[in-house]
Amino acid sequence: MGEILRTMDFTPFVLSFKLAALTSVILFAVALPLAWYLSQTRSKAKPVLEAVTALPIVLPPSVLGFYMLWALSAHSPIGAFFEDTFGIKLAFSFTGLVIASCFYSMPFMVQPLQSGFESLNRNMLEASYIAGKSRFATLLKVALPNIKPSLLTALIVTFAHTVGEFGVVLMVGGSIPGKTKVASVAIYDMVEVMDYTSAHIYSAIMIVMSFLVLLAVYIFNAKQHKKFGLQ
Amino acid sequence: MIQLEIRKSLHGSAGAMNLSIGIEIKEQDFVALTGKSGSGKTTFLRILAGLERAEGNITVSGEVWQDGKHFLPPQQRKIGYVFQDYALFPNMTVEENLLFAEKDKVLAERLLELTELHDLKKRLPHSLSGGQQQRVSLCRAMMKRPKLLLMDEPLSALDPDMRMKLQNEILALHREFGTTTVMVSHDPSEIYRLASRVLLLEQGQIINDGSPKEVLLQTQGSQKFSFEGELLDIAKADVIYVAVVSIGQQLVEVVVSSREAEKLKIGQKVRVSTKAFAPMIVGA
Repeated sequence: MGEILRTMDFTPFVLSFKLAALTSVILFAVALPLAWYLSQTRSKAKPVLEAVTALPIVLPPSVLGFYMLWALSAHSPIGAFFEDTFGIKLAFSFTGLVIASCFYSMPFMVQPLQSGFESLNRNMLEASYIAGKSRFATLLKVALPNIKPSLLTALIVTFAHTVGEFGVVLMVGGSIPGKTKVASVAIYDMVEVMDYTSAHIYSAIMIVMSFLVLLAVYIFNAKQHKKFGLQ
Repeated sequence: MIQLEIRKSLHGSAGAMNLSIGIEIKEQDFVALTGKSGSGKTTFLRILAGLERAEGNITVSGEVWQDGKHFLPPQQRKIGYVFQDYALFPNMTVEENLLFAEKDKVLAERLLELTELHDLKKRLPHSLSGGQQQRVSLCRAMMKRPKLLLMDEPLSALDPDMRMKLQNEILALHREFGTTTVMVSHDPSEIYRLASRVLLLEQGQIINDGSPKEVLLQTQGSQKFSFEGELLDIAKADVIYVAVVSIGQQLVEVVVSSREAEKLKIGQKVRVSTKAFAPMIVGA
């Protein structure tokens, strides 16, 4: 067993975590203003934006993967623009994976943040405006610190969801070892070639880590509720 | 001097109504705003604070807060606002809540001393009682040395003893800072103790404006006592009838004749009054 573990290639795991970490950071920056806007607006465009944001939850990953692949390929204006301007090939590259993951995991970042913001006492936010603080300062100093459980849920679930994605990464990234072959795709490949031992080890590692991460989130949230007397 | 003339159409619980208020408020005045729920009191405060838009003009000591062209956002109006539910920042200590409004440590210390919160300044809001939280909220509202202090039923969630204590503190702060104040309240005794002027609002219009005595004392002519209450029961006792009336938190029995009893319906609003007699007052 020790021998197997020693000779095992863990690059796919490293790639998975790198992808998940980058996706979480980028998505946080993008989703934070969006979630804040959705929680505060009374605009008629709100349901439309919410529906678009939630699409990746219901779409088959192959649909999203297909459109992403099409959009990132050199035949589309977007893909061509990146290739001509920055010399980056997006399809079947790690950069392309990150972009695709951001779309795919978007609802998992936006929704917890939005519901966190919506649960805040409106009077409290208005008290901040009356105290002379701008919307941005209110978001950073009042809203965010008071939705820590939602914030952590958003970050962790986005991270975990990105580690766990399969269909989209397979379609957009292919399975290029060391570049786009992430853990979930690696397991698929192992099963294909009937290397069940490796598949078992990989899968077991995935289960244990996912469980530990989720456990940590729930413990943290319970502590937060006690500390601030949240409901 | 605050001059205002505002209009807004509202869709309240009783259907559409037009809020239309034009008044002047003297510097350092303490104005109570009263009336049934849904009469537009809170909306009026929110318009003053700039939290809601309305047509019209608001000018505060010569500075235009809003007119046809300008609209000063809440951030730029020098106001303090006390919410019924305190609305403190749960992630900040008592002291931080105050300093968030204005980085003035000296004023914060003074306000905390005045309201006896000094020993609690490092505590988080959720560990305080309702009365303590509302005092923090009051102090926070004073931190910007506001030109106008707005309070929306600030004491209605507190028990009677705590109300009395906070009424005294509000009075003390008003004496100390002389802040022009508009307070929404349903409690006549509270209004009587604190306010120098009362506005009675109904369906978005001011229907009565005067001193607390003029607006709140409901006796007319030779009536000495006059209370409004709800008729709970009428029971026959020998040849007379005894009506049980609920007034405020108390039940009283009133003797009525059989002819009077016929006209009364259980559950209706009644007025219990009496003409000249010699009441006795005994310390309770």
